[in-house]
Amino acid sequence: MTSERLQTFTRALASNANINPTTQPPKMRVQNLSFYYGDFRAVADIHLDIPDRRITAIIGPSGCGKSTLLRALNRMGDLVPQARVVGRVLLDDEDIYAPHVDVVEVRRRVGMVFQRPNPFPKSIYDNVAFGPRLLGVNRRRDLDSIIEKALRAAALWDEVKDKLHESGIALSGGQQQRLCIARALAVEPEVILMDEPASALDPIATYKIEELMHTLRDEYTIVIVTHNMQQAARASDFTAFMNMNDQRAGVLVEFGATREIFTNPREKQTEDYITGRFG
Amino acid sequence: MKHSPARIRASRAHYARRKFTNSLMLTLTGIATVLALVPLIWILIYVAREGGRFLSVDFFTQLPTPVGVPGGGIANALIGSAMVVGTACAIAIPISLIAALYVADHPDTPLGIAVRFGTDVLAGIPTIVIGMFAYALIVLPQRHFSALSGGVALAVIMAPTILRTTEEMLKLVPRTLREGALALGASNWKTAVQVLLPAALNGIVTGVMLAIARAAGETAPMIFTAFGNPFMNTDLTQPTATLPQTIFIYAISPYHDWHAKAWTTALVLIALVLGLNVLARALTWWRARRLGTV
Amino acid sequence: MPRDTFSDELTGLKNQLLQLGADAARTIGTGVDALKTRDRTLAEAIIAHDAEINRVRYDIEEQCYELIATQQPLASDLREIISILLIAIELERIADHSKNLAEIVIHMGDAPLLKPLIDIPRMADITQSMLNQALEAFARRDAAMGRAVCDRDDEIDQLYQQVFRELLTFVMEDPRTVSRALNLLFAAHNLERIGDRITNIGERVIYAATGRLEELNIERPAT
Repeated sequence: MTSERLQTFTRALASNANINPTTQPPKMRVQNLSFYYGDFRAVADIHLDIPDRRITAIIGPSGCGKSTLLRALNRMGDLVPQARVVGRVLLDDEDIYAPHVDVVEVRRRVGMVFQRPNPFPKSIYDNVAFGPRLLGVNRRRDLDSIIEKALRAAALWDEVKDKLHESGIALSGGQQQRLCIARALAVEPEVILMDEPASALDPIATYKIEELMHTLRDEYTIVIVTHNMQQAARASDFTAFMNMNDQRAGVLVEFGATREIFTNPREKQTEDYITGRFG
Repeated sequence: MKHSPARIRASRAHYARRKFTNSLMLTLTGIATVLALVPLIWILIYVAREGGRFLSVDFFTQLPTPVGVPGGGIANALIGSAMVVGTACAIAIPISLIAALYVADHPDTPLGIAVRFGTDVLAGIPTIVIGMFAYALIVLPQRHFSALSGGVALAVIMAPTILRTTEEMLKLVPRTLREGALALGASNWKTAVQVLLPAALNGIVTGVMLAIARAAGETAPMIFTAFGNPFMNTDLTQPTATLPQTIFIYAISPYHDWHAKAWTTALVLIALVLGLNVLARALTWWRARRLGTV
Repeated sequence: MPRDTFSDELTGLKNQLLQLGADAARTIGTGVDALKTRDRTLAEAIIAHDAEINRVRYDIEEQCYELIATQQPLASDLREIISILLIAIELERIADHSKNLAEIVIHMGDAPLLKPLIDIPRMADITQSMLNQALEAFARRDAAMGRAVCDRDDEIDQLYQQVFRELLTFVMEDPRTVSRALNLLFAAHNLERIGDRITNIGERVIYAATGRLEELNIERPAT
């Protein structure tokens, strides 16, 4: 089991494809997705294509199901008791909710960064090594190179290279969040989901995260949930606007290029939300 | 805003009353605290005074001597307690930890509810009854007393404490840590062992230390199981002396010097318990400093 | 309602722009009146008033920058503020053209008119009407109305061509009339430029309403 995963992982490490993203089919496709907590339908009939190697933002008022939708993309929603999924979520044309899919592999390919930085109470090294070790990478040399690569990609290497064995919790908030990003990158995911990654950070740290997202864009597909519209406008290529319908379920109102959504949205709901004339 | 003289005067009286109530309550709580501490300090002083006389290096290294013979020690009881408590730990800790992991993860399943309820009940059973249970389970079939049966009895006594403490400590681990591990592709089990347990380790260690401290002092079960042994014993299948049981033997005897030895043994036991508590705290502090955990 | 303060500020700014527009429209009429009546005092008043128009334009401009910086407007709000900014600039240039008209009046001095003024006042009437129509289209966010404004610009261009040909005839018959002809030609030219600027305003109205940038000022070669 582990060696299979290790093989997929090393293949991902070795692959160096530099494909033009605009000619690629969508990386993930959400098709008629409804998400239920017991009898309550939190998200209704979402139909959405996530473009490959681009940053897609999901915006919308509180409670509109943005986080629920995001978590459905890597099956983190499964953790809620009585969670039920109707519809399909395709990752490269494979439905991740199909009966015999390995959830662990899905979560390796679709990584997640959370709102509050959540480094493990271990050293920086052990934090980033956690994922690779799960996959069976145990040799010191291999781990060292993977960890350096991940920390460099997360723009954290220079700040921590001399203190890799200090606790991850001792870092500042912005550094902790970048550590969590490095930790997610260490398993070579294809998609990175970010749930309001900068909402707990100060403005400078926020800009650093946005810059980081921009550099990661060429290799990874990024989906970010944010309630900060200026951040969605600054940082994303595409934006999806969600809203609550009359049954308090989240629906997709509009999806388009960010520059269109923020200068000339098609739907009045989108316009009202973006200009703050909601309520 | 106008301040009429009448209002100011009224508020002064109010303020004075508040101050008085505050001081009164503080004094009462201070007295209550002192009262609560008195038994502890009194016991410590009394035992130290009574037991200090026989305390020497020999006391720790020699075997008991017959009545009237000077000298003698509790070496067999020390080793015996170590064996019995050690066995109990070996049995109770793994089972309790794993059970606690399950219960913390699935608190509302039938099994989870049953385990929690059962643990609470078990925690309330008198230890002498548990001793009888170990007697019936092990001593009778084997037809002799043994350290092993003592270990089993203590394990049953320790398990509820360890399980409950571990469960509470696991619940205190922020949910985000668990999510972070799962999002990286860890299975539930690996998350529990590699992330949750280390994060909760401080609290768990404290719980285990406290359980050990409590179990080390249980007397009644020892009478039914380990039974006691005037000679040194390192065989788990043989009867063994333990510290609390030794105190009991010495204390109910009619001999003065044995009474004194009882006090000394009690002092040793208290010192061990105290030492375990201090050790638990020190471990917590050291680990927190190294890893920045709470 | 959220953003009431912002809405009120935006409405106030819009009203200020409409007043500036009305002011600019008036200067067109006043300028041509000065031309018709050869009233030097009136011309000087127009020139003096241009400073006030400039002041209002800069005031509107600053308020636009402030709102952009402090309120982060998006979507229709953003388009509206940008359009207000650009329309204010066009209005100020229109007023500059009227000022040029006034300066021509002073420059002409007492020399008699080369021909009775028919086409030039007509151009002025049309441009005034166009400007008022454009401003109303902006107030109502009516893209169709904004587009219609451009249609009349063809009339302005044709009138200008007519004036040009007539004056050319005069000059060819009697070359000594050239300076008087040039004065009139420049007057007509200013009015023709005003017409182009109003078309730009129409484009801004369409952008504010629909988010699409359309070019309305298609130049046709002179026949």
